[in-house]
Amino acid sequence: MDLMSGKVKMTQQTVTTSMNPSEGLDRPIRLTARDVTVHYGAKQALFGISIDIPDRAVTAFIGPSGCGKSTFLRCINRMNDTIEGARVGGTIRLDGQDIYAPDLDVVELRARVGMVFQKPNPFPKSIYDNVAYGPRIHGLARNKADLDEIVISSLRKAGLFEEVKDRLNEPGTGLSGGQQQRLCIARAIAVGPEVILMDEPCSALDPIATAIIEELIDELRENYTIVIVTHSMQQAARVSQRTAFFHLGNLIEQGKTEDIFTNPVNKQTQDYIMGRIG
Amino acid sequence: MADLTASDSAARRQRVRAGLKRRHLGEQLFRGFGLLAIAVALGFVALLFIDIGRKGIPAFVQTNLHLAVTFDPAVIKLDPKPEPSQFASEAEYRAASLAWQRDAALLNWNKIVEAALRQAAPAGFDIDARALLRIPETNARHQLREMFVANPDLLGQTVEVDLLGSADTDNWVKGNIDRSLGDAQQQLAPEARALIDQFQQEGIISTGFAWSIFTNVDSRSAPASAGLLGAFMGTLWMMLIVIVLAVPIGVAAAIYLEEFAPKSRLTDLIEVNINNLAAVPSIVFGLLGAAVFVNWAHLPLSAPLVGGLVLTLMTLPTIIIATRGALLGVSPALRQAALGMGASKTQMVFHHVLPVTFPSILTATILGVAHALGETAPLLLIGMKAFVASVPATPLDQATALPVQIYLWQGNENRNFFEPRTAAAIIVLLAVMIILNGAAIYLRSRLEKRA
Repeated sequence: MDLMSGKVKMTQQTVTTSMNPSEGLDRPIRLTARDVTVHYGAKQALFGISIDIPDRAVTAFIGPSGCGKSTFLRCINRMNDTIEGARVGGTIRLDGQDIYAPDLDVVELRARVGMVFQKPNPFPKSIYDNVAYGPRIHGLARNKADLDEIVISSLRKAGLFEEVKDRLNEPGTGLSGGQQQRLCIARAIAVGPEVILMDEPCSALDPIATAIIEELIDELRENYTIVIVTHSMQQAARVSQRTAFFHLGNLIEQGKTEDIFTNPVNKQTQDYIMGRIG
Repeated sequence: MADLTASDSAARRQRVRAGLKRRHLGEQLFRGFGLLAIAVALGFVALLFIDIGRKGIPAFVQTNLHLAVTFDPAVIKLDPKPEPSQFASEAEYRAASLAWQRDAALLNWNKIVEAALRQAAPAGFDIDARALLRIPETNARHQLREMFVANPDLLGQTVEVDLLGSADTDNWVKGNIDRSLGDAQQQLAPEARALIDQFQQEGIISTGFAWSIFTNVDSRSAPASAGLLGAFMGTLWMMLIVIVLAVPIGVAAAIYLEEFAPKSRLTDLIEVNINNLAAVPSIVFGLLGAAVFVNWAHLPLSAPLVGGLVLTLMTLPTIIIATRGALLGVSPALRQAALGMGASKTQMVFHHVLPVTFPSILTATILGVAHALGETAPLLLIGMKAFVASVPATPLDQATALPVQIYLWQGNENRNFFEPRTAAAIIVLLAVMIILNGAAIYLRSRLEKRA
């Protein structure tokens, strides 16, 4: 996947996208991004991204390494704030509310927009405490029974409960990679987010664990708006309803997944999907 | 690759093989040097321990005198001890009691000691009182007086008492002094030496474990009774102060600098300064302590409080640097996980980062404290090298510390008695250090297993 750098000469795309950000949308819009730019110090990582993300559907960001898809994902819950020297321009609205507005509390935003990372990163605590952490810090459970309820239902939704119900007090780090990632999903769900961001959630997992997570994502979309960054075009085709193709910090093309994969408009998208770049 | 001929590959293999020998030789040489370095280091450590052990262990044995002591009414001419019932008020009783004790102190208790010694000596043994009284330690008279003050019913009775042999006696018994030396070079008179040998044969003089090293304070007039309790308590007070002050301040400063402080020229400057402070010679901290805590803040001289403050200043940079290193080592994945859950920065630090770094912070802290406890130079400058013959009850009382006690004993003019004592004090200090370091290692492995 890293072959792109240098192999194919690309002229820098100055036009942000030739497409309408809400092309082919048949669901209400949850997230709107307009002209989002990101600089890391002097280096510009994103060049004016505009995209609409529909409610309760899976939107996949695809593109070669270093194309800015993860950077853009991290703008949505403001994880870029934690990186020194990162500057974000443009606007991102969640339900019409500007998430970069000065009066917006990042802590509250992150409770609404959960995140699952590339490498499973459970806390070095028990399985129970991993899931209970979010509800605890946000004060979501009124009592212990309430908390138990949240933990169990979150583990159920993440399809992990049956496997771990007898060892909730054992460390989460002792689980297998796929189980750890589902634990991280359960942990994100426990806060009751509206949007779940997934940054290449299966890249560290074997094919069987990947299949389980993909199935889970498909179930979760009934209740959550999901944005997933993936290296794997097959994965994007399998789990997503909408796909956006990023290249060199630009959003090249976006639309319904089947349109992108069967009938891409842009030459670069075509090349990437055919395996000629990336 | 297909154009590679057989001869080509054979020549290549030949060349690799030729270099192989040199590479192996280099590796063996390096290993050899490594082993040699370790062997030399271990050799010196072994030498240190053997030397200190050889010198110090005999000091844990003391010479005791078992005597039948008669509390002779002819010497102890004293009114009956005042009883509380005889006085109208508590204050009057206390005044009378003090007066009575002062009277008791004015009596010549050496007469009692001398009588007991003469009683034990063979009949008609000719020795003058001064030579005789150099056999027991000079505190024998105080010991007998205290016995009597505690129990005045002893008057007229004869009881078995264990007295401490003097440093000179101890040297003679242990063979620390050459027996073939002439009288002029001996510390004890010939009669006294003969009597000691006689006593030893009869079992009046015996040796036993020197608990007094652990239960007594320093003494110059009665060197055989000199102990480490005062210095140990002084060290303990300082350790408490260092732990109470340096640990929270150091860890908090490190957390702030590492996690919260914006990267600016000011924080860079602070960082450089902390690193430099860690390299400042400890005696400079002593000067600072003398100037600030003693001269300016008017805290008492020789107090463990001041010592603890100085050692705190000295330990802070070490703890800050170690804690920052530990925080830096926490994986970014854990931080992101916490922030991604909507934890605030403080929650991230206290719920996730600190728990995983706790073992390393704890170890660094214990090692820092242990290092501070072994420090002598700064304490000399704030008056902690004064001779203190009491146990500090509070951190404001005068005290000394274990390493300073070693320094003081090392300088004592009674060489052949205090050399073993010094080595014994070193053994005690090393034992304290080894216990602290052992605790650090134990806690670390335990906490890491749990995490």
